[in-house]
Amino acid sequence: MKNWPLYEIFIRSKQGLHHKHVGSLHATDSTMAMENARDVYTRRQEGVSIWVVESKHITASNPDDSEELFDPAADKVYRHPTFYDLPDELKHM
Amino acid sequence: MNLEEKFQSKVDQEIKIEPKDWMPDAYRKTLIRQISQHAHSEIVGMLPEGNWITRAPSLRRKVGLIAKVQDEAGHGLYLYAAAETLGVERNTLFEQLHDGSAKYSSIFNYPTLSWADIGSIGWLVDGAAIMNQVPLCRCSFGPYARAMVRVCKEESFHQRQGFEILLALSKGTEAQKAMLQESVNRWWWPSMMMFGPSDADSPHTARSMKWKIKRFTNDELRQKFVDVCYEQAKVLNVTLPDPDIKWNEERGHFDYGEINWDEFWDVVKGNGPCNKQRIATRVKAHEEGAWVREAAMAYAEKQEQRKNKVA
Amino acid sequence: MTKLKYILQLADTALILGHRLSEWTGHGPILEQDMALTNIALDLVGQARSLYQHAAEVEGKGRTEDDLAYLRTTTDFLNPLIVEIPNGNFGDTIARQFFFDVYNHTFYTELQKSKDATLSAIAEKSLKEVKYHLRYSSDWMRRLGDGTEESHQKIQTAVDSIWMYTGELTTMNEVEKEMLSEGIGVNLESIKPIWTEKVKAVLAEATLTMPESTWMQSGGKDGKHTEHLGFILAEMQHLQRTHPGATW
Repeated sequence: MKNWPLYEIFIRSKQGLHHKHVGSLHATDSTMAMENARDVYTRRQEGVSIWVVESKHITASNPDDSEELFDPAADKVYRHPTFYDLPDELKHM
Repeated sequence: MNLEEKFQSKVDQEIKIEPKDWMPDAYRKTLIRQISQHAHSEIVGMLPEGNWITRAPSLRRKVGLIAKVQDEAGHGLYLYAAAETLGVERNTLFEQLHDGSAKYSSIFNYPTLSWADIGSIGWLVDGAAIMNQVPLCRCSFGPYARAMVRVCKEESFHQRQGFEILLALSKGTEAQKAMLQESVNRWWWPSMMMFGPSDADSPHTARSMKWKIKRFTNDELRQKFVDVCYEQAKVLNVTLPDPDIKWNEERGHFDYGEINWDEFWDVVKGNGPCNKQRIATRVKAHEEGAWVREAAMAYAEKQEQRKNKVA
Repeated sequence: MTKLKYILQLADTALILGHRLSEWTGHGPILEQDMALTNIALDLVGQARSLYQHAAEVEGKGRTEDDLAYLRTTTDFLNPLIVEIPNGNFGDTIARQFFFDVYNHTFYTELQKSKDATLSAIAEKSLKEVKYHLRYSSDWMRRLGDGTEESHQKIQTAVDSIWMYTGELTTMNEVEKEMLSEGIGVNLESIKPIWTEKVKAVLAEATLTMPESTWMQSGGKDGKHTEHLGFILAEMQHLQRTHPGATW
């Protein structure tokens, strides 16, 4: 028999934070994936909220496209506050 | 730069390699082999310790041991998942374990004969494992490194748990002290062997170090292990069963005696006291679980169909 | 002392079932479920510890949780029979767990009202764990019942063979009656219909047949056990018995 489907697990470690990918596991459906995630990934109070997503539903960027996807942002320094000159006497802005 | 040079330059710059990145075939194969061996070791490692869960001598010891063995299941799971990112299925890896084509740490082919063995495994076996595992948190392959960070975090209580068990014995009755010494006598040398063959006999070390899968050689790690154990043994008031251990001022390390490599290779080849028993136990659990795995999958598929019908 | 007996009964029940479940550790049908069963085992042994500690305090003779768990004999143990029967296959374990969880969930819900503040606090804390146990075992009843033909047949067999141990859970003995009258214990008579209704509902969803009423085994809560308990204790207690007075 084939493997149970693979699920990716995302956990919010405390209120106010993003869910973060923590790993994956096998489960037959999302109900079981949720239970398994609880039993596998929150045994030490690592989380207050869980997301489970079947791995096949995740679309990932292709590393071969990295140059065109990400490099063009490198020289857009005007998107960052330090690009703009302000007088020194202005303490906060 | 060709693909291979680009890859190596990333590794040299300590940029992690991720599953979808290009990697040399041999790198992929080495990782699959190493990660799955590591995962198998966790799963088989549950057995010698699990052997004492029902006999743990106090409720406090019982919960500690259960939680520890459960952690090993978790570690196996994280590691199988890391291997799966390289395009190999967990079931395939299980098949390799079950048919004997995949290896796992030979230490788990030794039996746990007394309660002190649970302490010795924590102190010596986990101690040796930690020496190996901490550098793996910086392994060049992202999923393996991340799994190892989680493993090491959880592992930190294991060694303390083992040491505490032994410490209690060292302060106990004469029978308990004898149990402690006898156990350390049995586990010391197999623990020393856990680091693998001597550097001279370890042909893949150089390549694994170049790929930053490995950060230290087997002998370097073994030396570190001897150096820390010597002091810890004094706290436990036990003698390490190696008359040649002594401080070498010039090297700044402890010297130690010759390892019995014949025994090492014998156990690797399958002739250890428990090789057959361990694999048989894993195969049994897997086979007896087949109907459960099938049932859950069938149920999920039925539910999905019902949902679609309603929609 | 009746109250001591009552607390010991609860403690023994949690310990023996936790002990049984811990036998699965390393042998589960899939890693994810190995860990799930082990979590339940840990919850139960944890509950047993709290209860033994309370029992030791109530007794006031300086005995510890370990004295109570490791130095009492088979006939001293007061758990119902259902928790000591062997694990069998995964389906047997799930069926046993499900029957017990339905009971335990209702039981702890009621025990929160106990006049004994410690028992009430233990009940409140345990209930969170038991809610999850019930969810887990109910889900697996449905999966196995409505899974494959093979699983359906296996879990039905498990239900049928364990059924005779379920009656004891909701039948009151003298200790329980006295504790109820003192406002410490739970009225099992009032739990019985709730248990039956919940079990019926899940069995129906799992496409399983609820067994006809039959002869119900009992006696565990009064120290009359199956032959299995002796072996559990022989194993569990062997180090404490071999090395009297030693510290571990």
